[in-house]
Amino acid sequence: MPSTAPTAARADTEMEGTVLRVRIAGDWSISGARPNWTGVLAGRAPQRVVLAADALGDWDSSLLLFLFEVQLWCRLAGAYCDAKALPEKILTLLKQMSVSHETSVPFDRSENFFTGVGEATLDAVQKARAFSHFIGECVLGVNRMWKRPQKFRWADAIEEMQNCGAMALPIVSLISFLVGVTLAYIGAIVLRQYGGDIYVADLVGLSMVREMGALMTGVVLAGRTGAAYAATLGNMKANEEIDALETLGIPAIDFLVLPRLLALFVMMPLLTLYANALGIVGGMTVASGVLSIPPAAYWVELLTIVDLSDLFVGVTKGATFGLIIGLSGCLRGMEAERSAGGVGRAATSAVVTAILLIIVSNALYAVIFDILGL
Amino acid sequence: MSPAPASSAPAPAAIEVTGLCCGYEGRTVLKDVSFTVQRGEVLFVIGGSGCGKSTLLRHLVGLNAPMAGEVKFFGQSFTAADLATRRGLLKTFGVLYQGGALWSSLTLRQNVALPLEEHTALSGREIAELTSLKLAQVGLTGFEDYYPSEISGGMKKRAGLARALALDPAIVFLDEPSAGLDPITSRKLDDLVLQLRDTFGTTLVVVSHELASIFGIADRVIMLDRDAQGLIAEGPPAHLAAHSRDPRVTEFLLRRDRPPSPAAR
Repeated sequence: MPSTAPTAARADTEMEGTVLRVRIAGDWSISGARPNWTGVLAGRAPQRVVLAADALGDWDSSLLLFLFEVQLWCRLAGAYCDAKALPEKILTLLKQMSVSHETSVPFDRSENFFTGVGEATLDAVQKARAFSHFIGECVLGVNRMWKRPQKFRWADAIEEMQNCGAMALPIVSLISFLVGVTLAYIGAIVLRQYGGDIYVADLVGLSMVREMGALMTGVVLAGRTGAAYAATLGNMKANEEIDALETLGIPAIDFLVLPRLLALFVMMPLLTLYANALGIVGGMTVASGVLSIPPAAYWVELLTIVDLSDLFVGVTKGATFGLIIGLSGCLRGMEAERSAGGVGRAATSAVVTAILLIIVSNALYAVIFDILGL
Repeated sequence: MSPAPASSAPAPAAIEVTGLCCGYEGRTVLKDVSFTVQRGEVLFVIGGSGCGKSTLLRHLVGLNAPMAGEVKFFGQSFTAADLATRRGLLKTFGVLYQGGALWSSLTLRQNVALPLEEHTALSGREIAELTSLKLAQVGLTGFEDYYPSEISGGMKKRAGLARALALDPAIVFLDEPSAGLDPITSRKLDDLVLQLRDTFGTTLVVVSHELASIFGIADRVIMLDRDAQGLIAEGPPAHLAAHSRDPRVTEFLLRRDRPPSPAAR
């Protein structure tokens, strides 16, 4: 460290005919101000630039940048750059800078609009292919599980069932109850005008059992379990744990994906039934507290409209959504990039994919059940 | 251990790599790599950072499909094999990954036991005996029921090696086994490698930078170079260090500076 206060970086010049003598002086710091070569040149056009640094104090890369600028100018202007008087250390670094300037070719990541569209299309095709391939692999895995059930990792499946089922009960309870409450309030606004308060039970019951129970549980589990699956598998991929399975000849699908898929396939319908019940209780609470409908009357009215076919519709949707959440979470985890960012993106992508597919399949089910008369 | 030769013809080499081109997403990392590893040989893959050592390993063990070329294990093509043959060949080799790659949700015992449960008809008691033996061989007695998150990096590597050895593979690939280990643990790992080779005739392919290991246990090395995108030297390490005229080889093996280029000052 210099013991005295730093002096300003300077480049004093002296023109002798066509020769420009540049005397570099002062302390040059990357965080301080430094002379600019164009300013130093001041419009002159020398044939030869002679550099000297006999009054140079402390210096760092800022001096190199200045000298490099001088060299580049000389090369472009056809002038001779005489740097022989500079210290050896500076010349060595300057030479390294020239070499890195020549050899480092920037990797061009820019792309035009058409390339972007083309690549996005190819990416979409590739993703669709990967999803189909993954589903195919899972079907083959189910076949293997069917043939050798003793090799299936039942303990893992049961643990996952606890994680995605029992542990999700508090959040599913809260959301379903509140959805029931909201539906009842909305229904009451319209039905009260016609004196049909009691039909709130029909509205809440049918909405919960056929649509909202499965849908809300699906959305909650997509965020809770689907993201967790993607993050877990993505992390395992980054730690080479999935590679280790592959090289030991153990299909990662059987070991990691099927127990999770089975867990969601079993627990989602159960959670849907539970959500239906909580939603109905939510509606009943509003009906009894705000509309003065006794719970017994509410229940009797509910039974007139909701039957087993409605329950079947809800449970079928629940099972389907469970598979969608499991497939999305596991697929995104398995194809995650091997980095912390990659794991985060996989979790986000898993949730988005699952919710998108849940909404699409829900619409498809609406059409299918209409055709089937359910 | 290694599959028996089918006839009286000379036994095929443990690994035969011909014209292998490795890369990711159309980007070539290694071109036209060919080499052979004999049974019971300890081969080191060496080279500077980013030269493609781990890439080569990933292509050898089938984690990435090669862009061109062929890999044969004991005379059987791995790259062109159908699924059943491939699964069979997978059992002939074990892989130790850089970080151990232990399955984090399983204890060390369960990690080592899993390949045995998947690929053998052994009883639970026999598997327990074998897993204890494998973990003892790598000095992890007493840690059988620990989870990977509860042990150190070096122990994870040793447990990873125990798992790689679970099925008594004929070939073991080790990716940077000494990285991050203290010299004593590193030397113990080298001793283990030699013990494996001497006891079972295991063929070992080791990716490493560790000069002490290279000169200590390697029968032969192959050296890769990033600029050449391929193999630049092959032979016993001491011979290469003494006789190679390639400055890239001597620079690496003898930690010697390259002769300055005429432009340098």
